[in-house]
Amino acid sequence: MELTHTADVEAFRTEARDWLRAHVPARPLPSLETAEGFAAHREWEARLHADRWSVVSWPEEYGGRGVDLARWLVFEEEYWAAGAPGRVSQNGINLLAPTLFDHANAEQRARVLPSMASGEVIWAQAWSEPGSGSDLASLTSRAVRTEGGWLLSGQKTWSSRAAFADRAFGIFRSDPDTPKPHQGLTYLMFDLRAPGVTVRPIGRLDGKPAFAELFLDEVFVPDQDVIGEPGQGWRIAMSTTGNERGLTLRSPGRFLAAADRLVGLWHAQGDPSDGALRDRVADAVVGARAYELFTWANASRFAAGETIGAESSLNKVFWSQYDIALHETALDLLGADAELAEGEWAEPWVFSLAGPIYAGTNEIQRDIIAERLLGLPKGRR
Amino acid sequence: MRFLLTDEQSDFARTVRSLLGSARVPPAVRAWADGDAGPGRALWARLAETGLFALAVPEAYEGVGPLPLELSLGFVELGRAGVPGPVVESAAAAVLLTELADEALAKRFLPGLAQGEASATLTLPGGSPYALDADAATYCFTVSAAGELRLAAGRGKVLGSTDPARRLSLPPAGGGELLAAGPAVARAAEVAGRWARLLTAAQCLGVGEALLARTVEYAKQRTQFGTPIGSFQAVKHRLADTLLDLEFARPLVWAAALSPGPGEVAAAKLAAGEASYRAAMTALQLHGAVGYTEELDLSLWLRKARPLRDAWGTPSACRAEVLRSLTPRRR
Repeated sequence: MELTHTADVEAFRTEARDWLRAHVPARPLPSLETAEGFAAHREWEARLHADRWSVVSWPEEYGGRGVDLARWLVFEEEYWAAGAPGRVSQNGINLLAPTLFDHANAEQRARVLPSMASGEVIWAQAWSEPGSGSDLASLTSRAVRTEGGWLLSGQKTWSSRAAFADRAFGIFRSDPDTPKPHQGLTYLMFDLRAPGVTVRPIGRLDGKPAFAELFLDEVFVPDQDVIGEPGQGWRIAMSTTGNERGLTLRSPGRFLAAADRLVGLWHAQGDPSDGALRDRVADAVVGARAYELFTWANASRFAAGETIGAESSLNKVFWSQYDIALHETALDLLGADAELAEGEWAEPWVFSLAGPIYAGTNEIQRDIIAERLLGLPKGRR
Repeated sequence: MRFLLTDEQSDFARTVRSLLGSARVPPAVRAWADGDAGPGRALWARLAETGLFALAVPEAYEGVGPLPLELSLGFVELGRAGVPGPVVESAAAAVLLTELADEALAKRFLPGLAQGEASATLTLPGGSPYALDADAATYCFTVSAAGELRLAAGRGKVLGSTDPARRLSLPPAGGGELLAAGPAVARAAEVAGRWARLLTAAQCLGVGEALLARTVEYAKQRTQFGTPIGSFQAVKHRLADTLLDLEFARPLVWAAALSPGPGEVAAAKLAAGEASYRAAMTALQLHGAVGYTEELDLSLWLRKARPLRDAWGTPSACRAEVLRSLTPRRR
């Protein structure tokens, strides 16, 4: 057991750091949850892509560098430590791409992945429906067979990035007569500007249109945009949500950088006599380190050929709670200035509040932990 | 980087675990609490056969160490089984004597500690004034604030702990044989204190795991309203949170054993101590009234969790250390 990287990995770190130092915008971009910010972030994605830093873990043929998990984690550390912008392509890169690598055909990968890597096409996720959040399998939006493809109808909601994105992916009920709700679902990609699609942006708590609801009225999707076999959508989607809760959505680099900024804030304006606040700053430091080490242990497990299952729920509950605690501590340190909506910590705080809700609520994650990791009996929710 | 136990390390932990699993530990704990160290010493003798105590001692003095990671893995098992006695203190005393690099002292004490034939307790500057289990330990070392290392003559009166299996006493002040003095002693004491903190963290992790495992088993078989209480979401979620606390404390303990700097060790102790105490509170609540009794073996771990959380560095002291020793990340 060891905690040091090889010289090769450190060389990769240096290369990434040098590039970021030369390219990260000197001033923060406008919020990516605004039209202006979305466009600015799209440009940033293109700049990352031009030097092949947008998807370092992907194969080279799709615009990546084909690096292993250790290098991806190191890149993430450097990325967030450099103060680089949030990733507007994250839904595509973190959720759709792993699904494509596992379940799509070669034609689909060749068609979809390069434009995702460059930021030319930004993807939104379209899972939830008004009546189907935690009980996702109860969804009712339909995919009906038609010549050469499918017609999508129904309503999707809380669709992240959909207010400004180009395309979306989700699952639809293609066979309403199956005995179980998890059956008869099909995984599809569709164009948010196709005839029959209405996008209604939804203001988040701070008013920014971070997500949207989608009204679909017989939207045509060609067969080539079905991922995997029709009817297998649930199984395919679950492999995606595992990614979402597990490593890829929140790399430790992000929290290490945030904890670092918090410590800076404490030194700059913390009240040395406020022991309670000092303790919370220390807890944020320890939490980031714990998450980093937990992730390295998992990465080592992957490298040794093991897989991660229900353990990803531990990850999700941890980072989502940690994220809120860290940002609340920052707000408490700021005092009266915490209220300023354009303050450095305000938007990240609002963003953190959604953590325990999306990617499967923390209540559902705790059920998974209790039943699958501790072996407790299933019960009524 | 491979931040994962090697097969040898996992095997060693399994060996200690299975040895302790087949030993009758709870009666030894109860006897220890009553002042009869016999069964506890017998347990120690069996542990010595695994090489556990030798891990803190260099090869030159009949040890195989120092191997902090293997030692920590062993201490997780000591915590899981609830082994009584000054285990942490014996290892810390070995570290102290090793660090002093005084050949005569090392030869006099270390081989016995490595073989588990001798045990030790100690008090260090900045730590608790109370020596743990001085009445049962072979040696009682004290280090004063002025940097004097002494072998205490006689043992103070035993004072009750909230964990009856932890027998506390105040070593007689200033008395006993003067073994060494000066800045080297202070430096060695600092290192020994850090090891004590690390090994206590490991012990806490084991205590927390034992509390969780027992509570999960109980929640599966205990029925109320006609159904196992483990099927209730409120119960499940407390247990899930307990697992979460322990699983995120574990890598901190590993990392601290790999690079035992003050900040890493403090972070590990903070996380493991808090995780184990919260596991105790969950165990108590979910067992209900029966958990509030001393008859149930669960009480052995319930009473240990709080003192261990505070021994060799309270959460507050650990948080202060984390911030003090933080090296700013490079930009």
